[in-house]
Amino acid sequence: MSYKAKFKVWRGEGGEGRLEDFTVEVNEGEVVLDIIHRLQATQAPDLAVRWNCKAGKCGSCSMEINGKPRLGCMTRMSTFDEDETITVTPMRTFPVIKDLVTDVSYNYQKAREVPSFTPPAGVRPGEYRMKQVDVERSQEFRKCIECFMCNNVCHVIRDHEENKTNFSGPRFLMRIAELDMHPLDVADRQDAAQEQHGLGYCNITKCCTEVCPEHIKITDNALIPMKERVVDAKYDPLVWLGNKIFRRGK
Amino acid sequence: MENTHNTERHEYDVVVIGAGGAGLRAAIEARQQGKRTAIICKSLFGKAHTVMAEGGAAAAMGNVNSADNWMVHFRDTMRGGKFLNNWRMAELHAKEAPDRVWELEAWGALFDRTKDGKISQRNFGGHEYPRLAHVGDRTGLELIRTLQQRVVALQQEDYETHGDYEAYIKVFSECTITRLLKDGDAISGAFGYWRESGNFVLFDAPAVVLATGGIGKSYVVTSNSWEYTGDGHALALLAGAKLINMEFIQFHPTGMVWPPSVRGILVTESVRGDGGVLRNSEGRRFMFDYIPEVFKAQYATTEEEADRWYTDQANNRRPPELLPRDEVARAINAEVKAGRGSPQGGVFLDVSTRLPAEEIKRRLPSMHHQFKELADVDITAEPMQVGPTCHYVMGGVEVDADTGAAAVPGLFAAGEVSGGMHGSNRLGGNSLSDLLVFGRRAGAGASAYVDRIPARPKVLAEQVDAAREEALAPLGRSGDNPYEVHHELQRTMNDLVGIIRKAEEVSEALQVVEKLKERVAMVGAAGSPIYNPGWHLAIDLRNMVLVSECVARAALLREESRGGHTRDDFPAMDPTWRRKLLVCSLGPGDGVRVEEQPQPQMRDDLLALFDGDELKKYLTDEEMAEFDGIAKS
Repeated sequence: MSYKAKFKVWRGEGGEGRLEDFTVEVNEGEVVLDIIHRLQATQAPDLAVRWNCKAGKCGSCSMEINGKPRLGCMTRMSTFDEDETITVTPMRTFPVIKDLVTDVSYNYQKAREVPSFTPPAGVRPGEYRMKQVDVERSQEFRKCIECFMCNNVCHVIRDHEENKTNFSGPRFLMRIAELDMHPLDVADRQDAAQEQHGLGYCNITKCCTEVCPEHIKITDNALIPMKERVVDAKYDPLVWLGNKIFRRGK
Repeated sequence: MENTHNTERHEYDVVVIGAGGAGLRAAIEARQQGKRTAIICKSLFGKAHTVMAEGGAAAAMGNVNSADNWMVHFRDTMRGGKFLNNWRMAELHAKEAPDRVWELEAWGALFDRTKDGKISQRNFGGHEYPRLAHVGDRTGLELIRTLQQRVVALQQEDYETHGDYEAYIKVFSECTITRLLKDGDAISGAFGYWRESGNFVLFDAPAVVLATGGIGKSYVVTSNSWEYTGDGHALALLAGAKLINMEFIQFHPTGMVWPPSVRGILVTESVRGDGGVLRNSEGRRFMFDYIPEVFKAQYATTEEEADRWYTDQANNRRPPELLPRDEVARAINAEVKAGRGSPQGGVFLDVSTRLPAEEIKRRLPSMHHQFKELADVDITAEPMQVGPTCHYVMGGVEVDADTGAAAVPGLFAAGEVSGGMHGSNRLGGNSLSDLLVFGRRAGAGASAYVDRIPARPKVLAEQVDAAREEALAPLGRSGDNPYEVHHELQRTMNDLVGIIRKAEEVSEALQVVEKLKERVAMVGAAGSPIYNPGWHLAIDLRNMVLVSECVARAALLREESRGGHTRDDFPAMDPTWRRKLLVCSLGPGDGVRVEEQPQPQMRDDLLALFDGDELKKYLTDEEMAEFDGIAKS
């Protein structure tokens, strides 16, 4: 049942680091995070890793396993061959703090730049009425556990640091879509999606959808419909005419 | 090392320790009342343990069954806690929960809906009517995200007004508090460290709200995350506050049992609420054999009646799978002990033969996902194997029901770290609503306190120096491995102060804990202070050992079985014990002191909500005579 696995784990802090080799026991049913914890308990007590729930619900233990963004707690060891060397590295798009822990503050900044839910005037708490079918679209996006792997994998910022200022990444473009599709939200979000959050940078390669541990169809259900809404608003002849007539002075 | 001696200093009106549901709701309230508020969390913002809550938030909105109201909810809560609850808290909770849930909608939460567009409500153990507002089986995530986004919304308002997102409310994430500071009797601040850098941080604040959650990491098999090391319980004790009801620990009946690495992870009660049944290795629905006397009137005695209840609740009694959690956990434990368990040491929980596959996936998506990914089990086609797991501590800081104030001026507590609300056993769904109701009240209580005091208490330099020295100590030592000490504590508590207890075993546990205390004082952590989990654990161990001692001492003293405290040597519930609370405090020196304190008498109008026949099961003869007097008048 149990065997010794070979691991390479990225270790380092302050901008420097290297892959370190470990040989470590693996038991039936274990996941990669269990092995990282065993390394902490037996060989490397100061090995840094984020984790909380260990059940795929909190999105803390995002890492790259053999180069693929994964949750450590949901990656079973049985998906690897016993003689395979498993390489564990921190998410590449964010600066490393230490070992597997990265500085994800970019995500919290972007979250703050998305205007919050704007309820309709005059509807008091307790009076909200919405149909299940209407809330389901946004509910899909609210399944997001903020593991930030979609932002980590998105090549717009993974390979281009300079885009970080103008691009909020799939996570927060999806947040805008979630609010835009909320049955009762009254804010206009489409211009901002394009102009401030960089929706146009997305060229729908669907990398974000592929890595999403919650299996949210980020591209198909959030980003593409959002792009369509932006285009509809921009090229709607009535809107165009209205702008010409009523906003001429601005 | 030299930079660790730089202690940054921040001044706030209210410091909230913990960023789960209670902490965020408290912080939102303090900020809404104009207080400069700090939120401190051990993890990243939005990762707190509240995300793990699955079933829902109990609130008597009456959306699904209009017969529901706060009085019914109050009764259910008191029954669930075997009448040991702080009745004032149970009253406030039942009355205010609907407003707290509706408020979340106004902040953007999207709950599942009824046909007429209201918030849908689901059945749960111990609740007479469908009562839990929910989003599939990920309600906790919705709650934490909504509160997180509400904090951001307030920051956006402050940015508009003051040009600074963090002018009035700031989140200090990956930051751990190790000591509360006092000026004379009153709170003057809090001291801690940044996990990321190991640098120290000092909060100068007249009011501190503890919202640190529970203590599950003192047990091996637990549904709790690494953060649940009893920090708030220990900080309160060390600051001179009192803990009540520490002997009561809820073992959730259904945790995963296999594979070993996921043992303890929660399987939501919604599985049973939505029709799932428990069976033993003989295929028997054994819960019918375990309906206790006090609940005989409310639960079905045949499978036929139980099954009819799902569609006709007016004319049938509830299935016994939906008894309060303590009853179900003990029943599972007994079945396994009697040799009727499942191959991997649990019992079978089956929803696959009860609902169509599509319906299971829609109602229980995260359970479907969790079992498929972690255990190779398809819950739409086969039963799960489940067993009890340490889930929740009913005990905690003794607080004033209305304001959340602890005995120490300036100290407040809300959520799992506070005690009293749930008595000896918490009903499922009553935690999320508890967080909202008492988080808000503690935030308001702290704000009012800040307005009331004539001058800010001062932070004393020698306390800061002592706290810094204490936190640094493990880094310099080459003592025991903190991981090993932790594991021994977990085994001890699990084996000797677990779901079924007896005097000899609890005494033995106390001896082990005493020895572990000495080892904890000597644990060493290798490496630098930068994001060093070994060092962090070494610091947390102080709290876990202290809290474990409270649990064990109280468990030894309470010679009866009630809710989350089952004594093999005193199997019956004893009405005279219902009138007593066990109160833990730190005596001179380091020892935990436990004293009896009378439980305040329930207000007459609340007592009158119950039937005399039911009260007879819980109250002493003397109390019953008084009750008869009230009933007559």
